[in-house]
Amino acid sequence: MSRARLILIISLVVFFFGSVFGDSFKSSVFAYNYDILMTIGVNIILAVSLNLVNGYTGQFSLGHAGFMAVGAYASATWSNNLDPILVNALGGPANLIAVNLAFFISMLVGGVLAAVTGLLVGIPSFRLKGDYLAIVTLGFGEIIRTAILNTDFLGASRGLSVAGAYTNIFWTFGLTAICVYVVLSLVHSTYGRGFLTVRDDEVAAEAMGINTTKYKVIAFVVASFFAGIAGALYAHFKQFVTPEGFNFFRSVDIVVMVILGGMGSTVGVVLAAVSLTILPEILRALSHADLLPPAYNGLLENRLILYSLLLIVLMLTRPQGLLGELNTRRQRLNRRHGGL
Amino acid sequence: MRSLLTGLWVTALLCCWSVAARSQIKIGAVSCLTGSLSTFGVSSIQGAKLAVEEINSGGGVLGQQIELIVEDNQSKTGESATIARKLIGQDQVIAILGDLTSSSTMEIAPLAQEAKVPLLTPSATNVAITKAGDYIFRSCFIDPFTGQMMAKFALDHLKAKRAVILTDVKQDYSVGLTEAIRQYFTANRGQVVREISFSSGDTDFRAQLATMRSVRPNVIFLPAYYTEAALILRQAKQLGITAPFVGSEGWDSPTLIQVAGKSADGSFYTNHFSVADPAPTVRKFVHSYEAKYHVAPDALAALWYDGATIVCEAIQRADSTDGAKVRDALASTKNFEGVTGRISIDENRNASKPGVVLTVENGQVKMVQQVLP
Amino acid sequence: MEQLTLFLQQLLNGLSLGSIYALIALGYTMIYGVLRFINFAHGDVYMLGAFAGYFLAPIVGHFISFAEYDAFTPQNILPILTSIGLVMIGSMLICAVIGVVIEKLVYRPLRGRPRLNVLITAIGVSLFLQNMMQYLFGASPRAFPQLIPVQPIEGLGDLTVLTTQAAIILSTIVLMLILRFIVTKTKLGLAMRALSLNPTACSVVGVNNDVVISFTFALGSALAAAAGILVSLDSPSITPMMGNLPGIKAFVAAVLGGIGNIPGAVLGGIIIGVLETMVVGYLRPELRDAIAFAMLIVILLFKPNGILGKVEREKV
Repeated sequence: MSRARLILIISLVVFFFGSVFGDSFKSSVFAYNYDILMTIGVNIILAVSLNLVNGYTGQFSLGHAGFMAVGAYASATWSNNLDPILVNALGGPANLIAVNLAFFISMLVGGVLAAVTGLLVGIPSFRLKGDYLAIVTLGFGEIIRTAILNTDFLGASRGLSVAGAYTNIFWTFGLTAICVYVVLSLVHSTYGRGFLTVRDDEVAAEAMGINTTKYKVIAFVVASFFAGIAGALYAHFKQFVTPEGFNFFRSVDIVVMVILGGMGSTVGVVLAAVSLTILPEILRALSHADLLPPAYNGLLENRLILYSLLLIVLMLTRPQGLLGELNTRRQRLNRRHGGL
Repeated sequence: MRSLLTGLWVTALLCCWSVAARSQIKIGAVSCLTGSLSTFGVSSIQGAKLAVEEINSGGGVLGQQIELIVEDNQSKTGESATIARKLIGQDQVIAILGDLTSSSTMEIAPLAQEAKVPLLTPSATNVAITKAGDYIFRSCFIDPFTGQMMAKFALDHLKAKRAVILTDVKQDYSVGLTEAIRQYFTANRGQVVREISFSSGDTDFRAQLATMRSVRPNVIFLPAYYTEAALILRQAKQLGITAPFVGSEGWDSPTLIQVAGKSADGSFYTNHFSVADPAPTVRKFVHSYEAKYHVAPDALAALWYDGATIVCEAIQRADSTDGAKVRDALASTKNFEGVTGRISIDENRNASKPGVVLTVENGQVKMVQQVLP
Repeated sequence: MEQLTLFLQQLLNGLSLGSIYALIALGYTMIYGVLRFINFAHGDVYMLGAFAGYFLAPIVGHFISFAEYDAFTPQNILPILTSIGLVMIGSMLICAVIGVVIEKLVYRPLRGRPRLNVLITAIGVSLFLQNMMQYLFGASPRAFPQLIPVQPIEGLGDLTVLTTQAAIILSTIVLMLILRFIVTKTKLGLAMRALSLNPTACSVVGVNNDVVISFTFALGSALAAAAGILVSLDSPSITPMMGNLPGIKAFVAAVLGGIGNIPGAVLGGIIIGVLETMVVGYLRPELRDAIAFAMLIVILLFKPNGILGKVEREKV
């Protein structure tokens, strides 16, 4: 068994036991920390999946939150309506296996639907390059959000309450591990060669006979699937979703993580996701510590001002982010294996 | 780089792992201090803070001072849940005051219910909130009551039978009110000739208003926020629409008259309280608020002032900081003389309280009538 | 007959809306023409223009007292026109400077870097401008002062054309003509057109590319500022986020008309404005924003070079 697969299985087992012992913290004094932990997991999945598209394949997508929304709403609707039947059929709500199986199915529904949406969005979009692709993906993200906003049975502007609080440490971090494993495996396979080639020089790739659209779409669909899974996890944790929570700014949040981490570096992106999830909480604690006069507290807590400055400064000084590589010809020639 | 990250981790752990000692009586408050709803949020917290200050200077509650822990949800969804968990788990508050909007309150109500921490929202009007459980309370009236006020006023006072309802489809508040208005209006022999929608964030409503002009209503309901209401009033006047507008408490802001100018004259809106109310409690509140914040209080400040006071009084009446006892005390609040009227918590844990209908005359807001529950 | 009047009314509203989009789209298209990049922050320059006007108006009012007149009279025509002219020119100048400063500070160091980096930076600038303004001035809308009397123009029967709408359409035409003059008859304009064809050749023949690029940014930003003032005359409620949607829609307009093509930007703006008004008036108002995105997707799928654009062959 390959080393990666071994690590994956060990992680899953660790998370399983972590869940058994750790989940009681959800309703305890440490509920807040538990919340942050779950959010970290969700953000890692979102950032790592987006990195596949933006980082490894070089296609700039600004609509990732849209796919998260599809996953969240799809799995929430499925859980709300079908779970009572399903769970009872499988053994009743007290039966942990039944509940978790139902959740697994619900998440799959969310992920698959998000992947299908990704396919529908990706195929027409990938004829476009760079700036245009960014705006079109932004547009699709907004269209998805507007569609949900105008659909009454999805709650429209009221929002949708989610019945089952199924998310726990095992699912969140287990899926995080699986996501990282899948992305890394893809990147190190022949598909990965395809992604990187598309990123480096699309015209040369086409000239060599590589179907660039196929690779772009594959990356996009995989990324959308995991975004959907992240959405499902999020929905079943916060237990309430509104269309506003999946707007352009949410997409920007994820993009900032990818850029900070270094496009094309999964480890970097994971670190960035963790840091940028914890950062607002640190700022929140700092604002309570009264370090600044109250008038300036808003600045500390204003995530978007910080993020936008971060983006500008990063691009000017260290465009490769924390752990990414500078996309220069020399480094590409010197590279012996693809980046982590 | 590594040491920076390690430093970040350590600070994070230290910040998050501090379990606060329980010396004072802690009440959590969550609202939108920054972001798109910040104007409302800032007023609300200012009102709450004023109430807590006054109570503390009068000796506090149960002989102890009250600490109001204020958190900002940045007008973002998802934040309130994290904040609620922090307030409940880490800060161990006795009660939670919040949230500002219905959707954020829907987020945190189940959490408070599960943790058996009483939650009181002074401004979220969606009916579904108090259905989350018996620890969830509300000290303002709910959308159906507002809708009824608006519809009744149009029918009785304005003698209008043909109505158009303009709905902001992006705001749950507006959609909920539209339902209530339509129900009451049609049940009392009024006719809603059209329902026209728009979205918050729009600035051009001429297309919809031109359509509305062609159906000739004799009253127009506009349950929306002042940002759009002001522009709609202006553009309607410019298009020559003369039918009166009836709005709701979302109109309550000086910006409405600043932007709408003369087009606001002759319109009406319902509210929780009137800053010009001669009642002595109101005058005293307005005076203290202006002294502290140098600006007149709006309805949200008044609502949160009352909400904070109700919670503190309930703790005093419960004579304990035990969640269940405070909950029971809250549920039995009767005839509380607040700035926003005489409030009683009913069996659905909603507030039974009067509202007011205001009108704009020559750029000034005047009270037309008080509506009893 | 009433249906016809309604249709004409909507058409006029669409024209007025479209003029605003056209002005902003011109900025996008010019900047794309010389730099081959989409200035994501352009919509926020429009917002800054409106705010500049908001702060300038009382200052101008100090010197030329203007009251909020209800109607044009022979006495007040001159002071009204002067004051609004001053406010507009002042705002255009301020935003031109802001545009040039942004270009120098943020975009110039990135010239030659991958296009993606510049796009990300532009997004950063846009978010920074919006949120900083929101932090400094609050999210609550501000009432823009009424600089010209707002009244329906007489003599058009049932059609309501307001003075502000007429002002928007007229100003747009005037500004377009001025722009056309600059682009076709001045040296800088010639340099702009040359730069959009081949930057390397330009520097070889002695054109100072940097100056031309700064000039282009200045022009584009000034036009966006003008749009900001004009729209605030009509809808006197300004917020720090007001540049978001018009910015995106103007970008769609520029693409629709053929990005890099100046008449195309105007054509695109008008089309999007009219389309939007028609959809809101006759179909469903909720689709107002979605229609621009839908247009974008359609145009990029079927005619990516826009209506008036040329097909660009990518050379390797």
